[in-house]
Amino acid sequence: MSILEVRNLKKYFATQKAVDDISFNLEKGSIFGLLGPNGAGKTTLIRMITGIFYPDDGEISFDGKKFDPVNDVVNIGYMPEERGLYKKMKIGDQAVYLAQLKGLSQQEAMEKVKQWFVKFEMQSWWNKKIEDLSKGMGQKLQFVTTVLHEPKMIILDEPFSGLDPVNSNLIKDEIFNLAQKGASIIFSTHRMEQVEEICDHIILVNKGKKILDGSVSGVKQQFKENLFSIGLNHANTVSSPDIFEIIGKDNHNLIIKIRDGYKSNDVLQYFIQKNIEISSFNEKLPSLNDIFIKLVEGTSLSRQFQNINT
Amino acid sequence: MNKIWIILKREYKTRVAKRSFLLMTILIPLLIFGFYAGIIAVAISGGNEIQNIAVIDKGSLFNGKIENKDNMNFTFITDEPVSSFLQKYHQQGYTSLLYISPSYTEDTIYSETQLGPVTKGRIEKVINNAIENKRMVDAHIDPTKLESIKSDITITAQVGKGNEFKKGSSDASSAVGYASGILIYITMFIYGMMVMRGVMEEKINRIAEVIVSSVKPFQLMVGKIIGIGAVGLTQFIIWVVLMFILQFFIPVFFPSMAHSMASAQAPGQQPGGLAAFLEGFKYMNFGLIVFAFIFYFLGGFLLYASLFAAVGSAVSEDQQEAQQLTLPITMPIVLAFVIMTRAAAEPESGLAVFGSLFPLTSPIVMMARIPYGIGTTVPWWQLGLSMLLLVLGFLFTAWLAGKIYRTGILMYGKKASWKEMWKWAFRS
Repeated sequence: MSILEVRNLKKYFATQKAVDDISFNLEKGSIFGLLGPNGAGKTTLIRMITGIFYPDDGEISFDGKKFDPVNDVVNIGYMPEERGLYKKMKIGDQAVYLAQLKGLSQQEAMEKVKQWFVKFEMQSWWNKKIEDLSKGMGQKLQFVTTVLHEPKMIILDEPFSGLDPVNSNLIKDEIFNLAQKGASIIFSTHRMEQVEEICDHIILVNKGKKILDGSVSGVKQQFKENLFSIGLNHANTVSSPDIFEIIGKDNHNLIIKIRDGYKSNDVLQYFIQKNIEISSFNEKLPSLNDIFIKLVEGTSLSRQFQNINT
Repeated sequence: MNKIWIILKREYKTRVAKRSFLLMTILIPLLIFGFYAGIIAVAISGGNEIQNIAVIDKGSLFNGKIENKDNMNFTFITDEPVSSFLQKYHQQGYTSLLYISPSYTEDTIYSETQLGPVTKGRIEKVINNAIENKRMVDAHIDPTKLESIKSDITITAQVGKGNEFKKGSSDASSAVGYASGILIYITMFIYGMMVMRGVMEEKINRIAEVIVSSVKPFQLMVGKIIGIGAVGLTQFIIWVVLMFILQFFIPVFFPSMAHSMASAQAPGQQPGGLAAFLEGFKYMNFGLIVFAFIFYFLGGFLLYASLFAAVGSAVSEDQQEAQQLTLPITMPIVLAFVIMTRAAAEPESGLAVFGSLFPLTSPIVMMARIPYGIGTTVPWWQLGLSMLLLVLGFLFTAWLAGKIYRTGILMYGKKASWKEMWKWAFRS
């Protein structure tokens, strides 16, 4: 069952097709990676599914019904990339205020804020102001205010920027936790290693169009290049046969690309016949980083402005 | 609606709880009170020092007697010539020496320090009175008879038509009109700018997008504007109450002033000068003036605050950009102020009527006309039309600003030009 279904979404600005016909599904309880280079249209896309922008064309359905921004925002938590809080307002009051804007009563908001502050060991911050906090502390608070009202869908844009590894892990664990409890999470970032670690499903957006959609492992399979890494005693002595091509080697390791028409067993057989001892044999799958660069490279880095007649 | 209320409450609370709010609210009435107290004190205490004046009357002008008054003690010196007495008048305790020449028209006063203009004026008056008296006697005119012939009247103004006439004072009306006009002008600037800074704060600190994911941009803007308007109203009410209380202290600090006011208004006596001015206040409809003031303050504030909010949303980072963009908004306010200064003096001129109907200037200009009397100087239809146009005006600017605000608040990095803001407002 999908919590969010996006069909043929379009948003054209005066000089750009910011989002040009994008469709995807977000499953309940899944963690979804929304990837793309700068200016690909991610923020515009997110702003449409949070009800900040109206799409020019296309449909959004939320929790099985047509998306109704006024009532559905209660079930959405959004942490934008460009985020901040009132500098001069007390932290506790601020969290309560934001929770109230999400529709919680003063009392509920108070209780929830206190619970989360205990959880993140932030109780002593209540009467401090944002300007007294470090950037990382601010991010933590921002995360709390995003998920406080227990939304069904949480959208996090670069949630780890400015966080140290300890706090990163704290937030990461919490993201898993929330997903386990049934929240669906859209996670937008440029840090591919985090995506590989966290996300079940990804889409890649470039120039307003979706150019990749699939599970993390599926995408890796799709882009694999039949590369293997083989651990050998005397890697130096091996020369390139018909079965495979040597891409790289050092004393004990060989990276090979198997030629079309052959399988990994053929490679093993080759070494066994030559009586060369194999200590390890692994498939080398491409990293998301490689895939990202491969797909986005070659297209001009910054989007050109164009004239659009709507 | 509920969300606007939550936003409004936050805007209101954070501002009212600030120390600067408390300071402004208490200090300004005290400053104004102190200022007026100072003026009054100077006005009634001028020439307080006792002047011992030696008089050498060569022209026999005074016949040996001058009434000692206004802190001046006159002593006649008959047994010494000027030249020798000049050497020692100071040692004998006189502050100055007055020499009346034999023809008594070319007189001199000698003193070690410069004589104050008030004292000098008083002495001149004494001499002039004596000369006039002497000449009258020489011309066989009875001074008491002349006094009864002299005339000094003031016109009593009655305003109205048919059988209904009320006393009025154009001086008092003009003063009240001018004061209310200035007050609206200042408050509109202060609170309009406050709205703009609030919007800029949200944009620069990147709070806008966080909040806009929970509430509509228009709700955020309206909540902010009303919240700040309420702050302004609160401050204003506190000022009025404080001033009302403080004015009771004026007689306590300056008993002589209260006395002079009371005597001036004694029955049967024709009020003149200050008393007539004060008398004018009695005949003004203060209930209506206060109501109109609050209406025009709120109307004008809502109208301009929307525009200020739109500008705040279009600015990216710095104050200078904001200044450039606010120019087209501050210009009509300044224009309104200029028209107001004319309207306070000539409430029925075409410019004043136009200014009090046009919504961009009416909050300031109309307030200058209202104290002259509604139903008389300002016809009821003008007041009604002016209020209606103002309401329509702020609905329009709020709608317009809402559109600009919605786009502007989420644009980062560059300042929007007026042309772009125009596009945001009228496209889509």
